[in-house]
Formats: sequence, structure tokens, C-alpha cells
Amino acid sequence: MTGDAGTEAMTGAGHAQLEVRGVTKAFPGCLANDDISFRIEPGEIHALLGENGAGKSTLVKIIYGVLQADQGEVLWDGKPVTIHSPHDAREMGVGLVFQHFSLFETMTVLENIALAMNDVRDMEVLRKQVVEVEKTYGLPLDPDRHVYTLSVGERQRIEIVRCLLQNPKLLILDEPTSVLTPQEVEKLFETLRRLADEGCAILYISHKLHEVKALCQKATVLRGGKVVGGCDPREETAKSMAEMMIGQKLTAPDRGNDRTFGDVRLEVSNLSLASEEQFGTDLKDVNLTVRGGEILGVAGVAGNGQNELFQALAGETEQFAAPDNIKIDGTSVAHFGPRRRRRLGATFVPEERNGHGAVTDMSLAENGFLTAFRRMALTARGLIREVPTRSFADTIIKTFDVRTTGSGAEAGSLSGGNLQKFIVGREILQDPGVLVISQPTWGVDAGAASAIHQALLDLAAKGTAVLVISQDLDEIFAICDQVVVMSEGKMSRSRPMADVSIEEIGLLMGGLHDLDGDATPANDMLATGGRVDQA
Amino acid sequence: MDWIVPFTLTVITASTPLLLAASGELITEKSGVLNLGVEGMMLVGAIAGFAVTATTGSAILGIFASVVAGVLISLIFAFLTLTLMANQVATGLALTIFGVGFSALVGSGFVGFAIDPLPSLSIPGISQIPVIGPILFGQDFLVYFSLLVVFGVGYFLTKTRAGLILKAVGDSHHSANAIGYSVIKIRYLATMFGGAMAGLAGAYLSLSYTPMWAENMTAGRGWIALALVVFATWRPGRLLAGAYMFGLISVMQLHAQGAGIHVPSQFMSMLPYLATVIVLVIISSDRAKIRLNAPACIGQAFRPAH
Repeated sequence: MTGDAGTEAMTGAGHAQLEVRGVTKAFPGCLANDDISFRIEPGEIHALLGENGAGKSTLVKIIYGVLQADQGEVLWDGKPVTIHSPHDAREMGVGLVFQHFSLFETMTVLENIALAMNDVRDMEVLRKQVVEVEKTYGLPLDPDRHVYTLSVGERQRIEIVRCLLQNPKLLILDEPTSVLTPQEVEKLFETLRRLADEGCAILYISHKLHEVKALCQKATVLRGGKVVGGCDPREETAKSMAEMMIGQKLTAPDRGNDRTFGDVRLEVSNLSLASEEQFGTDLKDVNLTVRGGEILGVAGVAGNGQNELFQALAGETEQFAAPDNIKIDGTSVAHFGPRRRRRLGATFVPEERNGHGAVTDMSLAENGFLTAFRRMALTARGLIREVPTRSFADTIIKTFDVRTTGSGAEAGSLSGGNLQKFIVGREILQDPGVLVISQPTWGVDAGAASAIHQALLDLAAKGTAVLVISQDLDEIFAICDQVVVMSEGKMSRSRPMADVSIEEIGLLMGGLHDLDGDATPANDMLATGGRVDQA
Repeated sequence: MDWIVPFTLTVITASTPLLLAASGELITEKSGVLNLGVEGMMLVGAIAGFAVTATTGSAILGIFASVVAGVLISLIFAFLTLTLMANQVATGLALTIFGVGFSALVGSGFVGFAIDPLPSLSIPGISQIPVIGPILFGQDFLVYFSLLVVFGVGYFLTKTRAGLILKAVGDSHHSANAIGYSVIKIRYLATMFGGAMAGLAGAYLSLSYTPMWAENMTAGRGWIALALVVFATWRPGRLLAGAYMFGLISVMQLHAQGAGIHVPSQFMSMLPYLATVIVLVIISSDRAKIRLNAPACIGQAFRPAH
């Protein structure tokens, strides 16, 4: 297969593998792509940069045939083509690794691969091909395992293997590393570089600019649906590319010079908890403390118990048997529900904005009321005090620069980043003693993210204990004072941010619990080969 | 012991409509669509089959008409829930209510009509063998067809690519759409198959089981078929066993009364539902098990995101 791709690339010399000319796509109320043009040569690793809502996903869907462009044309090997469906795209040689995996949980790896193949073939023949590709590229996977039993990194391998099986000439990866440990990212990059050497063009979409700098030779920057420029990422800094993306200067969050920490305000001891989710992770003997003025980061690959930890801290799962497991300002609260914990001065921001952090069908004022009515005194004799409720929402909107039509707007009408700013603002303005926040800037653009980071730092400076659960290591390094890592429901001991490197955290994320002990990678995510040979 | 043969025959005839309707609903649900209108589709199928047979004298045309009627009424459901994205539960309930009324309206002129029941298979010599002859070789063709359907459904789901795609659509419609499968089209087809089988089940009732038309003659069998799909945890093998078990229960009810055993009839009618509730309790205690067979997207409207 590799030979074919190579010769194809040779014969196509002179033409770009893919050229997009003047592509325009409008949705009701939004021009997602506005006259976009760019080209990718065979063997080139090309980055597509842009904030959420810049039009990257729409463009990818047009190239992959999921959507049709309103105007403009796509050239493949120098010839204009119309791509009616993903089937056509795959036939042409386009492979796509989806951002939110397009996998079927209850099916086996092999079935998942078969579903994304164009031509119906013998399952046994397919199995042999899968094993062969896995061996060639060092992507171990057992074809007969069910997807729901696999780690996120392994799931992504399925997507990559199923693209590779179709001898792609263009491989598109949409935010492929957001769920991987740094070591897994390095492994992925090796595979991608190898593919590029074989003549496969790669379109790499990411907002992780360090990675783009390490991997890509060219970049096209989108903003508001338009191409605003191109660059060679190797010659740019992450900061300069971020500024191109957002179109304004970026200021690093100000951590303040002397951080002083007070008494312990949030304490978790010996917390073990069986998950209520179907395929959740049980918490195993979790211990942590957060002092006043301190920001503790909880790092880890998604699905290692972070959701369960948040639910335990926020009181969504109560523990009547062991009230002392969680203490807020010295009061045992593990048997309290969210309301009684909030009464003690704790506030919480969950990961999911829609339906968990906010009720999308309700107005911003009503959403503000829902968590703040007690602390902000928004009720009187069981009735809602309309004026203070509205003015509380207005204060959030003003302080946190929420772009909206006003406090009467439905929460669901806001963009993800704006709604996140509103929710974070709602909890911060209640002046909490303890704030637990999960994925504070997930899916939020760089400008809003830096505003949220600054707000968290300012809050800590006032003496609040802040616990940040995040998958984004850049975020943890930017704002946290201490860090712990969650892996398979267990938690590493807390270490000062200044003492750890990104590699160490990566190893902990991969499940290596004792940094000081034996340093052999114990986790199968880091091992290569092995499993394929057995299969 | 001479009660065995007639008893077994009645069990088979009681089970066949359940098996047909549940096999169709199994396919519908596997694609992620919950159609609670089985009872209504069966009634419409029953009256369509009966009316056409009674007017034309041809049972074949009647059966054909019942399948077409089942498909048409399931298309109403599909249009409302898949194209217009109405709530599936509410629409399914409405479909049943509609089916009850509509079949009664059309059927008012056919009450009291008599037709010949579907002919039974008769192989000279073999069908006359004591005990196994009448049981195995003396049924009408819908009985054999119902077995064929359930085996066909099993084969389709486990061995064919189309079956894999159908399960994929029911498991994660967004993933299926992203890979390039037409979720709505596949769900339309699955819903239509469910309608066809429910129509056929209705035809079996009005043409073979009791060759006559009576208002509401399905008497809750559509609901039992729905319960059966859950009882079988969406697996065709268990569906077959469950259909015959539920058939047996409903026949025992009659025979118990006939034999003067005083079990309240309400208790017997309750048994299929009770069994389903018990199965639901058991499977929800081991969610990993049900998860492998239950379609994850069942009852959810599919809106492609851009």
C-alpha cells in the first residue's frame, strides 16, 4: 500500500493534492465559510488554525462530503471534483479522523472498521489487513474487543487504522490530541511523519499551537469563516499564531508575584466511591487539600474518574456513610447535597454547560437565580425578587464581557464560550470560599479562555480555595499552584507546579503512579507491539 | 393424553402473531426508533386483510393488503417522528389510538361476515402422522413464515453488512451520519418493516386465528409484542422463546378456566407484563449485559448538526 501512495504522489507532481478555491457555505444566520482558498501538496503536513466557530469543521465536512459548498470548487490532483458523500471522499482517497470519535460503543473494533469501509469484503480478509496495518504502523489493537472497553487513545487508533486501510492520499485529523497523554501524542506524530514521508498529505486541525509548531510545515489561519493568513509554524511562536487566530494581542494571565496561602478550606480524605455511570471509573482512596488562595489542578486523560470526583465534590453523589471524607472549612459535608454545600460557601462549575451548568431553555437571569438565590438574597418570602435577579445577571454580563442581547436572552442562544463566561461569572461573583470548576475553558476561544483564567487567579488572590479539573496541561501550567494527576480513579500525591515537568505529568496520566519508584512504563498505552502478536 | 395435540396447536396459533409483530418491532427498535403503535398497526392490518379477503375471496390478496396497510400506517409514524421529529412515544400512542378507531370505522360493515380460514399445510401421509404430523406439518403457511422471519432477522443482524449498518444507526446516529450513512432513510426502512410485520400479524388474527372481524380483536397483543422485544433484550433467539412462552401463558389461561382451575383470569393476563418487568429489573442490575444489545439511541430524534 505504501508503494502505491508514493508513486501516486510522484505522478501528481506539479498539482496540489488538494486545492480549495473560493469555498463559501452559509447556514441560517451565519456565514460559516467565506471564500476560503488554500492548497496542500502531497507529503505536506498542513495545519488549519482557528478559534471555535472560525469555520474549520465546516470546511472539513465539505472536503469529506458531509456538507456541500454553496459556492467555490475543490480540486483533487489538479482536477475539479464534486464530493457528494463521505463515500465519494473515501473513494478518492480522503481519510478523516473525527474530533468526536465516530465509533459505535457496543461493537467490536473490527465491526467499527468494516462500517467505515466502502467496499464490502470478507471479514476474515479485513481482519488480516487490519492486523497488518497495525503491525506496519505500530498501532496495537485487538480486533475483537468491544469499543466501550477501550481507552480513549485506543479508540483513536481505530479511527486511524480505518483511514490507513484505504490508502489515503489526504488524511484529515480534527483536534486529534485533545484526549491524549503527551506520550501518546508523540507516538501519533511519529505515525503522521511516516505517512507524510510516504507521500500522504496531512491536514492537521488543532488549537494546540505547540503541537502545530512541532509537526506542521505550513499553516492556514481562519477567523470568522475567512482565511486571514498563512504561515510556516516552524518560524512562528505559539503566541504569534494565537494572535493571528484571535486577531488581537494576547496577554498571559497575571499570576501575581507573591501568592500566600491560608488555612485548608477544602479537604478530601480517603474518598472511595463506586461510579454511578455505566462505564464510569470508581474513585479509589482519593486524598487532597486546597488552601485558601491556592489553585489546585487535577490533570488526567478524560474518563479517569474526573467526572466522579466532580460529582462527589459538588454533592451530586452524597455519601451518607462517611460524612468526614469531604470537609469544607472544617465542616464535614460528604453527606450533604449541593444546596447545603453551597450554603457553606462552596460553588461549582461542571464541565457540561448545556443542561448541567445551565438550563438552556431559561433566560440568563433565571439561570443566575438558580444557583445564586441564597447567597445573593434573590428571594423574599418564597417569591423571586425580579429586580435584583435581573441586576445580578446584568452584573455578570458586564463584569465577564458576555456577548448577549441581555439578561432576558435564553442561555441556549449564547455561543459556548459566552455561556461558559456567564456560568463561571455567576459562581465567582457569589464570592465563594471554595470553587470547584471542571474543564473551565473546554471549547472556549482563546480570548474568553484568558479572561476566565485571569478571573480564577483574581478569585484565588482574594483567599478562595480553587480546584480546577482540566485535561488541558497548558491551562494547568498557566494558572495552578499545585497539581495532582488522576488515573483510573486513583490520584497522585500533590506536587508544587514549579517542581514537575510536563513529561512527568504525562507519565502519571498514563497510569504510572510512583514517580520516584521503578520508571519502566507499566501501562499498555505506552507499550507497542505485544497485543497484535497475540492476536 | 389426547389433549396434548390440540393444546400444542393452540399454543402455536397464539404465539404466531406475537412472533410476527415482535420480529418487526425488533428491527424497528434496533435502528433506534421506538414505535409504540404496534397494536394500532396490527388492527389496521387485520381489517385490511379481512376486508380484502371478504370482498375478493382471495386470502393471498388479503394478506398482501394487510402488509401494505401496515407499511402505510407505519409511514405516517415515520413521517411524523423522523421527518418532522415529533416525540416518538407520544406519536406511537397516538398511532395506536388512531388504529383502533380507524379499523373500527372501516370494519363496521364487516362485522358478522364469515370467511374460510387460511388453508393448512397438508402433505398426504406425513401430516397424518400422530402427534408430530398435525403439529409440525399441519399449520397454515403464516406459522412457517413467522419462524422464517425470526430466523431471517437473526441472520440479518448478525451476519450481514446491512444488519451491521442498521445496528450502527441505532447505536450512535451521529457517528453513523458522520461516516456517511443516511440515518433517516435507514430508519424509514426499519419502521416500514416493523409496520409490514405488524400488518401481517393482524392478518393472521383476522384470517386464521379467528376468521372474522371484531372491533379491537387484537386484544392487547400489540402491547405484548412490544413487551416481548424488551423481554428478549433485543435478541431474536430469546424473542422466539419468549413469544412461545407468552403464547403458552395466554392459552393456559383459557385451559385453566376450562378445566375448572380457579386462577383469576386477570392474573394470567398480567403474566406477560409481569415477566417483562422482572426481566427489566434483572437486566438493569447488570447494565453491561443489556448495553450490548439495547440500541443506545432508541427513541431519540436525529437532528444532524452542522
